Amino acid sequence: MEYEPTIVGFLCNWCSYTGADLAGTARIKHRPNLRVIRVMCSGRVDPTFIMQAFASGADGVMICGCHPGDCHYLEGNDKAYRRFQLLKKLMAAYGIEDQRLRLEWVSASEGERFARLVDTMTAELKELGPLKLPPDLSLVPGPCPDPTAVREVTHG
Amino acid sequence: MAETVEKKKLQIAIYWGAACGGCDVAILDTDAFILDVAALADIRLWPLAVDGKYADVEAMEDDELDLVLFNGAVRNSENQKIAELLRRKTKVMVAMGSCAHIGGIPGLANEFSRDEIFNRAYLDNPSIEEGNVVLPVAEKKVAAGTLEIPHFHRAVRRLSDVVEVEYFLPGCPPAPDQIKAVLLAVATGNLPPAGSVVGASDRALCDECGRSKDEKKVTRFFRPWQIIQDPEKCLLEQGILCAGSVTRAGCGVRCPDSGMPCRGCYGPPPNVMDQGAKFISAISSIVESRDAGEIERVLGEIPDVMGYAYRFGLPASILQRSTRSQ
Repeated sequence: MEYEPTIVGFLCNWCSYTGADLAGTARIKHRPNLRVIRVMCSGRVDPTFIMQAFASGADGVMICGCHPGDCHYLEGNDKAYRRFQLLKKLMAAYGIEDQRLRLEWVSASEGERFARLVDTMTAELKELGPLKLPPDLSLVPGPCPDPTAVREVTHG
Repeated sequence: MAETVEKKKLQIAIYWGAACGGCDVAILDTDAFILDVAALADIRLWPLAVDGKYADVEAMEDDELDLVLFNGAVRNSENQKIAELLRRKTKVMVAMGSCAHIGGIPGLANEFSRDEIFNRAYLDNPSIEEGNVVLPVAEKKVAAGTLEIPHFHRAVRRLSDVVEVEYFLPGCPPAPDQIKAVLLAVATGNLPPAGSVVGASDRALCDECGRSKDEKKVTRFFRPWQIIQDPEKCLLEQGILCAGSVTRAGCGVRCPDSGMPCRGCYGPPPNVMDQGAKFISAISSIVESRDAGEIERVLGEIPDVMGYAYRFGLPASILQRSTRSQ
């Protein structure tokens, strides 16, 4: 079976979620790979959410908010933008490729743009393949479930 | 009679995994109290200070020890083997110090693969003389027999990733007063519920920090040596990257009180899942700009975001280690 990436989308209530809704009501076709989570503002998206998404099996994460200057809460999207700058660097250090994390501005009238963003990201991630996290990664702190997962190495 | 008194003595072991030895020194920093410990307890194993061999521990009955203070992370097969051995032999296991608690400085190695670490340590390193490369081998046959060194694991893990741990005593190193308190608690049987973080508070460090806090609006970040700081004012407000807002209090605000920013060694406060995630969130929210270019410039000047975000806690983060470390 062909590989289908899983993308988690955090969409702001006022612009991007409405834009995605518009894509739906206007029957604009796009790839079904995005799992949408509605948030009140892109500024609400804590970096913890992104890490949790990747750790839980997402191949990519897309954060969508209002265009700069259009935020319902005046500057929530600016906060998202600032956070994203450091988040990108952190993800790179974790070895998670740039294409797996995107921040995009989608207004309430941009259903078409939203659909194309989902298509583009899906295509990019398909090419990239699944996100391969280390095998013994566990969200639950406690004894390592499988000691052989951390294989020993011998140099020399 | 003498024997009964002997038996009442507390049986303790102190061990180091992947550690620098600072925790052991912190135990000695309890000053004259260490003599009380010696009177109160039999120290059955403490590689830094007393004699005692692994074979002696292996010969013990299960649960023969009352307390193990384990400092250091689990980096190699020896760390893991002794952690498992001591776990069997003790009633109470304490993960002492940042390394055992959340991975510590050695945990930063989780950003890299084993090969990268090996090459950096033995091949590509400015302190290696040309033509004088010495590589370790896992086994070496000598006249007396075969010598072995421990095997290097793929990643650094916390003590609690390997064995069950009763208490966590954070800090790099933990404050001597808190070490004292833990020893006294075990001696008197006055123990908190298992799984507790002991010798620390449930609040963030900022809560205990005496510096004045006003509005945080930063247009440039500084490293401590790049700026003459105001000793009264919040370090973050002055643009110095301080992890106080995402770090558990309990250290006595030792660093900010001496003009150094908090580096996060006590780990995240309760209910924070990922210290580094909260750190970048806090840092980026104080940048005073709404202009994309300006934001990129201000935040772009921060070197080594990973190192700042997880200086002590990479193995305790949600993602735990880089995809390179497989």
